[in-house]
Amino acid sequence: MSVVEENPVNKMTAVVVRFAGDSGDGMQLTGNNFTEATAIYGNDLATFPDFPAEIRAPAGATFGVSAFQIYFGSEDVTTAGDDVDVLVAMNPAALITNLKELVPGGLIIADSDAFTDKNLARAGYAENPLEDGSLDAYRLISIDVTKRVIDTVKPYGLTHKFAVRCKNMWTLGLTMWLFDRSRDVAIEGLRTKFTRSPEIAEANIAAINAGHAYGETAELPTGVEVYKIPRVTAKPGLYRNTTGTEALAYGILAGGLLSELPIVFASYPITPASGLLHSLAQQKQFEVITLQAEDEIAAVCSAIGASFAGSLGVTSSSGPGISLKAEAISLAFAAELPLLVVNTQRGGPSTGLPTKTEQSDLNQSIFGRHGDTILPVIAASDPVDCFDAAIEAIRIATQYRTPVILLSDGYIANASEPWHVPDFDSYEPFPVRFTEETEGFSPAKRDPKTLARVWAKPGTPGLEHRIGGIEKDYETGEISYDAENHQKMTEIRKAKIDGISNDIPKQEVALGNDYGDLAVVGWGSTFGAIHQGVKRSRMDGLDVSHIHIRHMWPLPGNLGELLSGYKVVLIPEMNTGQLVDIIRSRYLIDAQSLTKISGQPFKIKEIDAAIRAQLGNIK
Amino acid sequence: MNAPRAKLTLKDYETNQEVRWCPGCGDYAILKTIQKLLPELGVPRENTVFVSGIGCSSRFPYYIETYGFHTIHGRAPAVATGIKLANPELDVWVVTGDGDGLSIGGNHMVHVLRKNVDLNILLFNNEIYGLTKGQYSPTSKVGTRSPSTPDGSIELPLAPCSLALGSGARFVARSIDTDMEHLTSILTAAHQHRGASFVEILQNCPVYNEGIFEEVRNKKTAADNRLVLIDGQPMTFGRDSSKGLRLNNKRLSLEVVNLGEQGVTEADLLVHDETNKVMAQTLMDLRAPEFPVPVGVIYQKPAAVYVTDIYSQRIKVRESKGPADLNELLRTGHTWMVE
Repeated sequence: MSVVEENPVNKMTAVVVRFAGDSGDGMQLTGNNFTEATAIYGNDLATFPDFPAEIRAPAGATFGVSAFQIYFGSEDVTTAGDDVDVLVAMNPAALITNLKELVPGGLIIADSDAFTDKNLARAGYAENPLEDGSLDAYRLISIDVTKRVIDTVKPYGLTHKFAVRCKNMWTLGLTMWLFDRSRDVAIEGLRTKFTRSPEIAEANIAAINAGHAYGETAELPTGVEVYKIPRVTAKPGLYRNTTGTEALAYGILAGGLLSELPIVFASYPITPASGLLHSLAQQKQFEVITLQAEDEIAAVCSAIGASFAGSLGVTSSSGPGISLKAEAISLAFAAELPLLVVNTQRGGPSTGLPTKTEQSDLNQSIFGRHGDTILPVIAASDPVDCFDAAIEAIRIATQYRTPVILLSDGYIANASEPWHVPDFDSYEPFPVRFTEETEGFSPAKRDPKTLARVWAKPGTPGLEHRIGGIEKDYETGEISYDAENHQKMTEIRKAKIDGISNDIPKQEVALGNDYGDLAVVGWGSTFGAIHQGVKRSRMDGLDVSHIHIRHMWPLPGNLGELLSGYKVVLIPEMNTGQLVDIIRSRYLIDAQSLTKISGQPFKIKEIDAAIRAQLGNIK
Repeated sequence: MNAPRAKLTLKDYETNQEVRWCPGCGDYAILKTIQKLLPELGVPRENTVFVSGIGCSSRFPYYIETYGFHTIHGRAPAVATGIKLANPELDVWVVTGDGDGLSIGGNHMVHVLRKNVDLNILLFNNEIYGLTKGQYSPTSKVGTRSPSTPDGSIELPLAPCSLALGSGARFVARSIDTDMEHLTSILTAAHQHRGASFVEILQNCPVYNEGIFEEVRNKKTAADNRLVLIDGQPMTFGRDSSKGLRLNNKRLSLEVVNLGEQGVTEADLLVHDETNKVMAQTLMDLRAPEFPVPVGVIYQKPAAVYVTDIYSQRIKVRESKGPADLNELLRTGHTWMVE
């Protein structure tokens, strides 16, 4: 559909809104509600939840600011946006930490009641910025939100603490008015969420309505009227919103169904990966068993045990947890059992930045184990892509009887975007056939094409056999310390993994030509920023293309040849240049690196600037 | 397919692999006992799985003609948990040692017992690291001289049965490598028990720790140094069962008494009660040479079994949610149509 609003005052094609407040202010909830309403309105959108590691940091502290950014518009939206057009600041700390992202002339909605001397001092303000004219470059709506909320919810008899908590819903109401969003879904959601405490539900609903009414009736500064963002012209069909975590969970269920294997998902809580365990634990109607293990190692080992017994073992973690699992992943590789390992990457090393995003585990994923254990690695490029990426990872793991690493990251996991809901019946099944034939059985037998080892599960009469981490004889599968045999086995394991490159799609160009001046080559969650950056440059007539790699190892067979068709190859990554090293060493191409390791996703303008700098170098 | 299968024998549980333990190793005796026992348990051979970690004892699966998985150091309980989750019908045995099961894998041991996963866990305790050539282990006695402790080990040893009981194990037993009859009865009981069964097997390492359990193992000295626990029976030991254990209720401790002396009769002795956790804890702590070493089922009190409960939860969810349909799941929550 493509509906254009009639002559709106504030007509924009896209807008970025950021809600910011204390980590206990409910900013993520506000953002999610606004996202839902925006999706239903019919804008394309992308979100970026950005929250601290502290669950409830001290009130008013800058390090405790939790933000939720949403970019929505009438065009193809693939990132959460660069600069902020509307900033909702619930306190001075939220203002000071987010103001630098706001465009000149951007709109600030601030709760003046939270700008107390104490909060101002804690945020580092000598004067109240709402009063000293320092925000003159912006449009400011300073409202006594807290006081208004307390008055609004008075009839519901809430304690002061609970009454004040409704202020996020008041600002949600105001923002919904500002962008002409419907409050229905948010209201319905509150009633469902607080079925047992209807007074809390009704108080919050009253707060939403009061915020909305304020927008309608109050005399706001000139230039603050309802924004009309035209609806997107989207492919017809059924849509829903999804986060990467949700799509990945569904992708694992899908992979189980397509391979006709039950799933045993074993994991240990770690930010930002735990959501996957939570999602799958709710799906017991499917053939999935979830286990919260005592530690990361137990989690991967239980998954391996499950694969030995004829299920598909899946484990999930973030960088530090994956390091702990490394020894066991090598066991699965040596024993040639299928295993899916999901790594939702975060800022490292060590504890690093648990709630921030990074792509710094690529080397760990491909190479990071003892022995010659180079593994297949698949990277999802956005929240929706997690579904297909999980299916592809499970296809490779089960068909080749090998561990596969599936890379997501903190950004993809938490961000949401609209999803054109796929028809699962259209997916090609890849059923696993267990060996049952006793005649001539050897646990070392391989499929001549894939080189996958046979999979004979316990419970099958006549196929009793032993596997393990000690090197095995190529023919019999029995323990072997023979020198030549080890050489042969190492080579066959490598050949099996290398051979996967014949069974994956050829590398395509996401945008632009398959030759030219510049290819910007990305992987994982940088897709959106690279895509928009390349698009922007191409609109200015620049000869630049976007290539996005999903199969990180083995790389697609045609990749080297494809890249050789460009004068310059630029690789943006949220690490110090891990893919660029692989590309350089593998293809002897003088690829250039663009790195960002701030815990924040790339901005479109950063990609755009790098493209122009590279093309400038050519000329 | 449905014709009754011929009963298997010890031979059917031997593999073609040459057994590679040192001559005189206690593991040989344990292997033989288990190979002889398995055909008696009524479990199809293909439903039996042996899982091990790393160490001398962990080579065990290679010598048993069942399904087997020789995994990595300390992790066998976790791997076995996964096997059981995937297929609860399998009869899963974990073979581990004092280093594998209590040092590097201590955490998994604690949790597999706490969770009460239906496994038979056999811990071969020889109080030494064998495969890495003789370093002291977490169960070595204070003062153990080894390549890594040339002046004697300093730390207090860990007591395997006490650790198991403290972790919430519902079946804790102890037996001896070379006593085939006793070991067979204990393993049979362990196998019958639903939930995690923990069996400490005192095992001799003739190369690095020769003779540490000699007083208990040796038939000549065993009578005076071994207390064979039998549920419901008074705790007697010694030649002609002339000695016994009595509770000193002023000190809340056990003492050795001689029957017939100072008017002590069998009625004064403690009677073993497998379900009594306090008694179990007291018995486990008895140390030679002041006390006889208790062997037998020290504690047994069945409780809810982990994997069984997971499957029952699943049945309940399925009753309320109905059959799984991925297309339907993808369409739950808020959706909207674009025309």
